[in-house]
Parts: sequence; C-alpha cells; structure tokens
Amino acid sequence: MFKKGLVLLLALTLVFTMLTGCAKPAPAPAPEAAPTPEATQAPTEPAKPAVSFGMITDVGGLGDKSFNDSAWDGMQKAGKELGVEPVILQSTKQEDYEANIGNMAQSVDLTIAVGFLMEQAMITGADQYPDKKFGIIDMVVAKPNVMSVVFKEHEGSFLVGVIAGLTTKSDVIGFVGGMELPLIKKFEAGFRAGVASVNPKAKVLVNYTGVFDNPDKGKEVALAQFKKKADVIYHASGACGIGVIQAADEQGFWAIGVDKDQSSESKNNKVLASMIKRVDVGTYTIAKSYADNNFGGGQILDLGVKEEGVGYSDGGNNIPAEVKAVADKYKAAIVDGTIVVPTNEDELKAFKPVEIK
Amino acid sequence: METRMSEFKEDVVKALKEIAYPLIAIIISFVVGGILVASFGKDPLVAYKALIKGSMGDFNKFGETLVTVTPLILTGLSIAFGFRCGLFNIGAEGQFIIGSITAVWAGWALAGLPAILHVTLALLIGAFAGGLWGGFVGWLKAKVGSHEVINGIMMNYVAMYLSNYIVMNMMNEPEKAYSVGIADTAKLWRFAEAFSQFKHSRLSVGIIIALAVAIAAYYLLNKTVQGYEIRAVGFNPHAAEYGGINVKKNVVLAMIYSGLFAGLAGSIMALGIQYRVNNLFGFTGYGLDGIAVSLVGGNHPLGVILSALLFGILQKGGPLMQIQGIPKEVVGIIQGIIILFVAANFVKVTFESFKVKRDLRRSAVKGGVE
Repeated sequence: MFKKGLVLLLALTLVFTMLTGCAKPAPAPAPEAAPTPEATQAPTEPAKPAVSFGMITDVGGLGDKSFNDSAWDGMQKAGKELGVEPVILQSTKQEDYEANIGNMAQSVDLTIAVGFLMEQAMITGADQYPDKKFGIIDMVVAKPNVMSVVFKEHEGSFLVGVIAGLTTKSDVIGFVGGMELPLIKKFEAGFRAGVASVNPKAKVLVNYTGVFDNPDKGKEVALAQFKKKADVIYHASGACGIGVIQAADEQGFWAIGVDKDQSSESKNNKVLASMIKRVDVGTYTIAKSYADNNFGGGQILDLGVKEEGVGYSDGGNNIPAEVKAVADKYKAAIVDGTIVVPTNEDELKAFKPVEIK
Repeated sequence: METRMSEFKEDVVKALKEIAYPLIAIIISFVVGGILVASFGKDPLVAYKALIKGSMGDFNKFGETLVTVTPLILTGLSIAFGFRCGLFNIGAEGQFIIGSITAVWAGWALAGLPAILHVTLALLIGAFAGGLWGGFVGWLKAKVGSHEVINGIMMNYVAMYLSNYIVMNMMNEPEKAYSVGIADTAKLWRFAEAFSQFKHSRLSVGIIIALAVAIAAYYLLNKTVQGYEIRAVGFNPHAAEYGGINVKKNVVLAMIYSGLFAGLAGSIMALGIQYRVNNLFGFTGYGLDGIAVSLVGGNHPLGVILSALLFGILQKGGPLMQIQGIPKEVVGIIQGIIILFVAANFVKVTFESFKVKRDLRRSAVKGGVE
C-alpha cells in the first residue's frame, strides 16, 4: 500500500514539473506583450523588419532535392540579405492551396507559391487579398498584384541537345517526357533543335510516360529507346527520370538530368550533363524586388540563358572540353539573340539549324 | 413516440459518457505533445495557439475547418457503416474519387438544367457511382468470397488511374493538369454568399448534408430492421444466418451504403469546393483518414461527427502552426500523438481496470473479515 502511494506521489511530482515546465513560457511573452498597447507605434516599427515574406510549396514539399528545395534556397538567400526570416508552408492536400494562400497572405506581405499546380488558387487568392503581394513560379497568373516567374527551359534544353548531338556515337538520341503538356513540349522542341544544330543526321526518339511520379515507367521507356540504339537519353519527366538514370547505370548509356544537377543520382557516373533550372533565382528575384520597392505587379519574368535562369551543369565531369567549348559558343549565340530557340512543334519545323564551329 | 424520445435520450447520455474519455485523452495528449514541441526548442503555447487560431480563429477559418470536416464525416461514416457489418471498407478512397469524377461529369455534361435539379442530380450521380463502386467489392465478397480489403485497395488504384485518364483525355481543360470546370448551376450554395463573416471560406451547404446523412445513418443502423440485420451480420455472420438473415445480401447492401457515403463525400468536394477534378499524383487521403475518423469516433455515426471535427481542426490548424515556425514534421507529430491517445482509449482502460481492482480489493477485504 505504502509503495503504491509512493509511486503515485512520484508520478504526480513528475507531472507537475512537466506542467510547470510547460507553463513557464507563458508568463514570459506576457510582460513583453503588455507594454505594447501604449508604446507600440513609435518604438517597435523601426525595429521590426520592413518586409515579411513566405513561400508555399505544392504537395511535393521540401526535401525533394530539386525544385522545392531550390526555391527555398532562394528565399533563404533573400532573407539573409534583408535580415528577415522567411516563412515556409508546405501543403499537404491539393484542395488546401487556396486556404493556404489565404493563411499566408494574412500573415506576411509577400506570398510566393511555388509550382504550376497552384495557379487556380493563386488567381482566387490574388483577388481576395488585393492589397497583398504575390509571386508564382512556373506559371503565369495575370493579376495586378502577382509577379510570375517562368523559365525558358527550351534554351537550357537546347544546350544539352548540343552536348548530346556531339556525344552520340550511334546517332540515335532519346527524349523521355512526363505528361504531354505544353511545358514539357518546350523541353522537347529546344532539345531537338540543339541536336539538329550540331548533328543533323542524328535521330531523336521521343516518348512520353504520361506521368511524373513513376520511376518504373521512366526506366521502361528508356530501356526501349536503348534497344533502338539510343546512346544518350534526356529526360524531362520528374521522378520518372530516376528510372531513366537507373537504366543508364545498368546498360551503360548516357543520361541527361533535368531541373538540377542530377549526377549524384547515378551510381556509375552515367549522367552526362544536367539541364538546370534556377528556381532559386526566381524566388530570390521576387523577394528582392519586393524589398527594394521594385515589385512589378502583373509582370512576367521569363528567365533564360541570358538571365542565368537556365543552363547546363556537369557535376560528373563527363563533358569533354571541346564539347563544352562548342556548347558555350551556342550559349553566347542564344544570349546575343543570333539563335532563337523554338518552343513548340511549329517553331521547331521553321527553325533553321545554325552551325557554329 | 414517447419511448422513442427516451430511447434517443438514453443513447445521447451514453454517447456523452463515451465522449468524456477521449476528451481527457486529448488534454493529456496536448501536454505530451507540448513537451515534445518544447524539446524541439519551440514554444508549445505558440504552437497550440496557432492550432486553435488557425482552425477556429474566426468564422472564415472555422468555415474552412468545416470544409475539411464535411468529407471526413462522410468517409468516416462509410468506414463505420462497413465495420458495423464486419467489413473493412478500405476502398472508401476509391469510392470518393469515383464520386468526384462522376459528379464533375454530371456538373459539366448536364449543363442547362435548372440549378436545383442540376446540383441535386450531380450529387446523387456521384453518390450512386460511389455506391456501385463499393457494391462491386461487396458483390465479389458475397459471390466468390474474395476479401474486401484486397479488392478495395485494388479498386482504389483502378479509381485513381481511371479518374486521371478521364481528366487528362476526356474531360481535360486544354493544356492543364485538371478537368473542365462544372457549370454554375451545379455548384453547391456557399455560406459566404449570405453571411459575409464567412468571407473567403468555401464552406458550402455540404456540411448540412453531411450532418443530415450522419443522423440518417444512425437511424438506419439502430432503428430499422435493415440496420438490425446489418449489425447482426457484423456481430456474428453464422448466428445471423442461423437466425434467417441473408448474410450475402447484407454484405452487398452494407458495401453499397458505404460506397454511397464515400461517393457523396467526393461529389460534395467536387461540387462545393473545387468545381473540378485535379489530375491526382496520389490518393486524396480522405478515404484513408476516414478509417481513423471512424475508429476514433467509436464506429458510431454520431461519434464520427465529433471525431471528424477533431481531425478537421488538426488539419486546418496545421498551416498556421507552420507559418508560426513549427516545422511541418512537428505539426504531423502533434497530430499523430493526439490521435494516438484518443484512439488508444487508454484513459478508459486504465480507469476501468482501476475500478475493477478496487472492487476486487474491497470484496477481498470483506471476505477476510467474514
């Protein structure tokens, strides 16, 4: 009996210490909060950071080591420079985008939504909070308080097309797309134009997996292209690309990564190059322009090779110097406007390959 | 009538007693969760304030919480109804998806009908499509005895990819990863149209439909012959059969009802909130959350309402917690702990075992004296 009472007593003490431990933070903010009513306006305002901004991810969320993480890097960079802690909100359900944008807009001045999936929610949010500022990545939302950032993926794709065209030995090159959306068609058109510019006799096999999230499908399509003698395969298919790179590891052909440097995805260093998309430049630019009072509502930033928004990377050190030299010449030609990279099938047909030696 | 009222009263009192335990569990889980938040170096009070403010801070926010609660009540009912018949309707997710896509089809293809007719028809078509989807699994079970869990899971995938195919190929909004929108006549009436307090919240009349369906489900299960038969099969199918109840018929019927509820959840989501269907990257989660909602609600139609409210608060409070600097993972942990404590029902178990022990001791003492 006595033993049980003792145990009970000990348990109670434990619980009480926990409770007090929890309660402790309570009085702490109170004294800080208390004087504010009288003294707020004057002293706090200059001390407060001039701007506040936050970022919302789609259901993909942080930790993808690609698109979303890169966007967050840009936010943090801007935050560091401006002395502001950026706010992050990762969506868990597609239906919540609208509510999340509302929540964020109520808390910060500038809300940046990352990903084309949030288009509809952004249109509604921009109307509901007309005095707040918004940004969206990878999609154009034509509202007076929204700044849109899109990328000239076709230009980056053109450059990796040049690299692929110069590297292939079989003169057969593969392209694996995700869903057949205009956005992905841009990758395809640019890539094929790049190949045609340096290697007119090379054939480009084009296949779409229909999804973005299925590595097995990516692998299947890549293996089928390999059987048709493709020895360099470029993918623009999200997570399907993991399968493309796996297939490259197993069969020994070259894969070309997308969005960020994907050389670390390959065990046998079979990623020839990656078409990189600087999402961080996008978020950074919006945040910075807002802080500098330069916010262009309704403005569309189309980041290409010239703006360093897209390009190629060689994390695996696989591109020979002479190939790189040619690719850089084409890069310069795109920057100065000598080459206008096609963005769709029709423009591709009209495109005249330019040879630069 | 009189007896019915008093019966109902008794049920309510019983239900209230059942609620007391989870409430205590919630309080304890808040304390445990708070300790955890503190151990991550975050202020638990900030976290909980954000949770409450984010989900119930004003009409607008509370409206948004109810937006999430609406489908959860219905998918929770769907699972609860199955459980009562001894069936585990894990296929609620697929029935939800089928309900959404067919409701959007009806809302799009039948444009031109008068509003009341159109919206009712679209709701019913979504619900019945879900009912058929669920009924098929029940029919398989009754006919060839294949397990409803396996078939349910597989039918979930069939539903998701079928919906994606339709969205991308047959009802595609050109160049977008979602379907065409529904006609205005198929949209559910929103509270914000009449009450400006609800401002931007998308709360629709769907919540009232969900509550009405929950009460109807309670009535059907507990006050009708049909419900009695379904429950009898759930308690013991062999005994039920011996008693002259057609087990197979009731299995199929229970699955149809389950599917109806989940399908209705999907159509309310489509007609009241989204006005379209997205190309899905994975399951929506409403059907799967429904399992937890049902279990926490004690598989009771009225318990499901409260449990759905709890889940809605946790889900809609999450974003503001994130904005206040609590990482998404910690938000998930707090939600998990609360559900764990409620579902484990440990308060009731410890309390009752304590009572049993005390009674035993008392009788032992008595026996010793004598």
